[in-house]
Amino acid sequence: MRIQLKIWRQQNRSKSGQLVNYDLPDVNPDMSFLEMLDTLNERLVRQRERPVEFDHDCREGICGQCGMMINGRAHGPLSNTTTCQLHMRAFRDGDTIYVEPFRATAFPVKCDLKVDRSAFDRIIQAGGYTSASTGGAPEANSIPIAHDVAEAAFDAAACIGCGACVATCKNSSAALFTAAKITHLALLPQGKIEGRQRVRRMVRQMDSEGFGHCSNTEACQVECPQQISVLHIARMNWEYNRSLAM
Amino acid sequence: MLNAKIPEGPLQDKWRHYRSTAKLVSSANRNKLQVIVVGTGLAGSSLAASLGEMGYRVTCLCFQDSARRAHSVAAQGGVNACKNYKNDGDTVFRMFYDTIKGGDFRSREANVYRLAECSANLIDQAVAQGVPFAREYSGYLSNRSFGGVQVSRTFYARGQTGQQLLLGAYQALMRQVAAGSVSLLPRHEMLDLVVIDGKARGIIVRNMDSGALERHGGHAVVLATGGFGKIYYLSTLAMGCNGSAIWRAHKRGAFFANPSWTQIHPTCLPQSGDYQSKLTLMSESLRNDGRIWVPKGREDHRSPNEIPEPDRDYYLERRYPAFGNLSPRDISSRAAKERIDAGYGVGPLKNAVYLDFSRAIREQGKPKIEEKYGNLFRMYQKITGVDAYQQPMRISPAAHFSMGGLWVDYELMTTIPGLYALGEANFADHGANRLGANSLLQACVDGYFIAPATIPNYLANEIKTGPIPIDHPAFAESEAAVRERLQVLVNIQGKSPADHFHKTLGAVLYDKCGLSRSQGGLKDAIGKIHSLRDQFYNDLLIPGGIDLNSELEKAGRVADYLELGELMCYDALTRNESCGAHFREEYQTPDGEALRNDRDFAFTSAWEWAGIDKEPILHREPLDFEVVTPTVRSYK
Ligand SMILES: Cc1cc2nc3c(=O)[nH]c(=O)nc-3n(C[C@H](O)[C@H](O)[C@H](O)COP(=O)(O)OP(=O)(O)OC[C@H]3O[C@@H](n4cnc5c(N)ncnc54)[C@H](O)[C@@H]3O)c2cc1C
Ligand code: SF4
Ligand code: FES
Repeated sequence: MRIQLKIWRQQNRSKSGQLVNYDLPDVNPDMSFLEMLDTLNERLVRQRERPVEFDHDCREGICGQCGMMINGRAHGPLSNTTTCQLHMRAFRDGDTIYVEPFRATAFPVKCDLKVDRSAFDRIIQAGGYTSASTGGAPEANSIPIAHDVAEAAFDAAACIGCGACVATCKNSSAALFTAAKITHLALLPQGKIEGRQRVRRMVRQMDSEGFGHCSNTEACQVECPQQISVLHIARMNWEYNRSLAM
Repeated sequence: MLNAKIPEGPLQDKWRHYRSTAKLVSSANRNKLQVIVVGTGLAGSSLAASLGEMGYRVTCLCFQDSARRAHSVAAQGGVNACKNYKNDGDTVFRMFYDTIKGGDFRSREANVYRLAECSANLIDQAVAQGVPFAREYSGYLSNRSFGGVQVSRTFYARGQTGQQLLLGAYQALMRQVAAGSVSLLPRHEMLDLVVIDGKARGIIVRNMDSGALERHGGHAVVLATGGFGKIYYLSTLAMGCNGSAIWRAHKRGAFFANPSWTQIHPTCLPQSGDYQSKLTLMSESLRNDGRIWVPKGREDHRSPNEIPEPDRDYYLERRYPAFGNLSPRDISSRAAKERIDAGYGVGPLKNAVYLDFSRAIREQGKPKIEEKYGNLFRMYQKITGVDAYQQPMRISPAAHFSMGGLWVDYELMTTIPGLYALGEANFADHGANRLGANSLLQACVDGYFIAPATIPNYLANEIKTGPIPIDHPAFAESEAAVRERLQVLVNIQGKSPADHFHKTLGAVLYDKCGLSRSQGGLKDAIGKIHSLRDQFYNDLLIPGGIDLNSELEKAGRVADYLELGELMCYDALTRNESCGAHFREEYQTPDGEALRNDRDFAFTSAWEWAGIDKEPILHREPLDFEVVTPTVRSYK
């Protein structure tokens, strides 16, 4: 199949960027989207041009390192799928595809499609853990946890930290990401102990990173590759209000 | 000259004895000591967090843009631990024995025993961190059995065990970053080790975003840089996985053990075209219900559903009636290769075998199969576009895990004092074949429990050393060497991108130093790798300079692979026996099974670097089996 690409090229943070056209006359529909970009890059290198920089690592949908806006959608046309799990058969012969970086004030562009998502690490740093130092843990089965509670905690813990929720949100809110970690730990007895400080600190950090507020458009859960539910945001708000009341 | 420093005494007392007698560093002195941890996978994160909690100063780095993305994140199946929650007779000794036997009697008894001994604590630690392992309706933890052992000792978190364990370790690490004890450097790649007066004293790293070279000094350096199976190009590893850190350490004097022992996993998705860059692992659990077959006729072009039963060859069931489709990884992979090489492979590239669920669906019903493997079937459909409820899956073997790695003693110290290797980067516990669900365990146990006890034994003598001077000539020399190497690569300006050389090297290794090896093939491979290396230095093409440049990153890794690949071939060539993943065609029984030679080869090969284009020097660490008696591993 033939594909026209319009890719955002930007050499570094301080330079301005622009969309550049590339024509790929012979794309195999079984290729993944990133393999299609690999093929383009191989051509660019052979022509002694700078290849398109993009983030990726595991290429199996679990590390959360890949991510770009494809035709205006975070991770592309399929819902709940990472960019690396998207295949060219999702497009049609002759399509023009716009490829841009995730855009948010808190995610500055580093180069081409690579953005800086270290704000997420700082949100976790603010309290996304239990303070269980190595060595002091009790026997694992001394803390039974109901099956459905453990499963619900897992649903939230599954977040891969890709940032699609932020990129797709018109307010660039990190509410889904932050809420996922808060819910994961708030549901478990091990995490409850520090729950009150955690939610306050993480929310404060999220705000100070320049992410916007959640206005309940629910756009994030459509793109989230791990199908993290917006109900976690409601829980985060509830935990936050409770922490203020206590 | 190799001293593994195995403590005296009976097997079950060694670790306790070691811990009771190892030197300690008082808490007041710990903040005078700096430890560099390269890697934020399970081994690196858990160690950096634990050392930070103890009060040491830690610098920790990784090449990904966040510590949470280290490739431990991709492990699906589970983690073994001896809790005997199922009351099925599991004991530390049984776990130890299973691991030694699974490794085809090519690992060190004392290390393996300690792995089993520390396993239970890991589960306690992870649960305290909030790792959501699968639970029974009672609220207690659930287990399953994995990889052909007779007890259920595998803990799991859906198909995302590695991710959940890593998030636990990552969160503990971030807590220490917030506390100021760990300074974390994502997007930093280690490019050299600095050795001063025979001791590891620091590293040279490249900031991958700016291209700047940096010097970091430490009283000890730990490499927890994961596996190097990506040397085969097509593998289940992530794109950035590499052998560079351990290879640089090797060239500075650290011995490299059993480099050619690579686990090739039987159930991966086959290559579909030469644009492909990685092979996705399909969980081994599929073999519990799927049956593996190829057509009996070579040129059978019918679609699989049209091939009637009498025309199918269920070759695992035929050759290994006792274990059948559940035969261990090395055996299953080799049997698949044998059929594919003989011309019975299926799929457009004839490089796969079928994994067929039709009988299981008929007998158990589709809903049952969906409940067990729904996510895997969905993943298969996403990648291949094929519905595996209707048609058998196509699978093929792919490089997966490096049993080999830097040689370490009982303390996980390499042959360079003050340099440690943890997790998949060392060679320690898996012998010639790793058992499923044992390597997450090893990475965690190394990082949470072993290294935090053994590194202080070394640091206790470093209290008076004072800060490591990064203006020392050894740092300047290493940095200059790194800079020159990068400049050489950028200056070649030939015609071929780095991937071209990586693919060619990978194909040579798969063919000659993969599932099956022979003297002639290995010699041939050494010659081919030599000339590929020459071509690389004449014809490599990297556009751009030494700032942010992913082509330069790739080329640096490939340059190291082109040397490491050669060492792998030497290693395979000198081991005149077949054991575990190492199958030498000359050493097999009349019916094609591996022929181990305990009389001449019950040792670990530890290689010393002799210089480029020189034959590496082999050292042997004898394996003394005091407790177990090596037996023939039979799965018939
Ligand atoms: C697809 C897959 C599935 C698996 N499933 C299982 C399973 O179910 N059960 C099981 O027990 N095992 C499994 N394994 C094996 C297991 O996951 C690994 O052996 C283990 O996680 C390795 O952990 P590690 O900490 O040693 O390395 P990794 O997690 O690979 O971490 C390596 C770290 O080193 C860093 N690094 C590497 N090189 C450099 C450098 N030059 N400079 C700076 N940083 C560097 C990386 O950035 C990373 O942070 C699986 C492996 C794969 C690939
Ligand atoms: S919540 Fe979903 S979209 Fe957001 S970072 Fe996590 S996995 Fe990605
Ligand atoms: S590359 Fe890891 S999630 Fe896409």
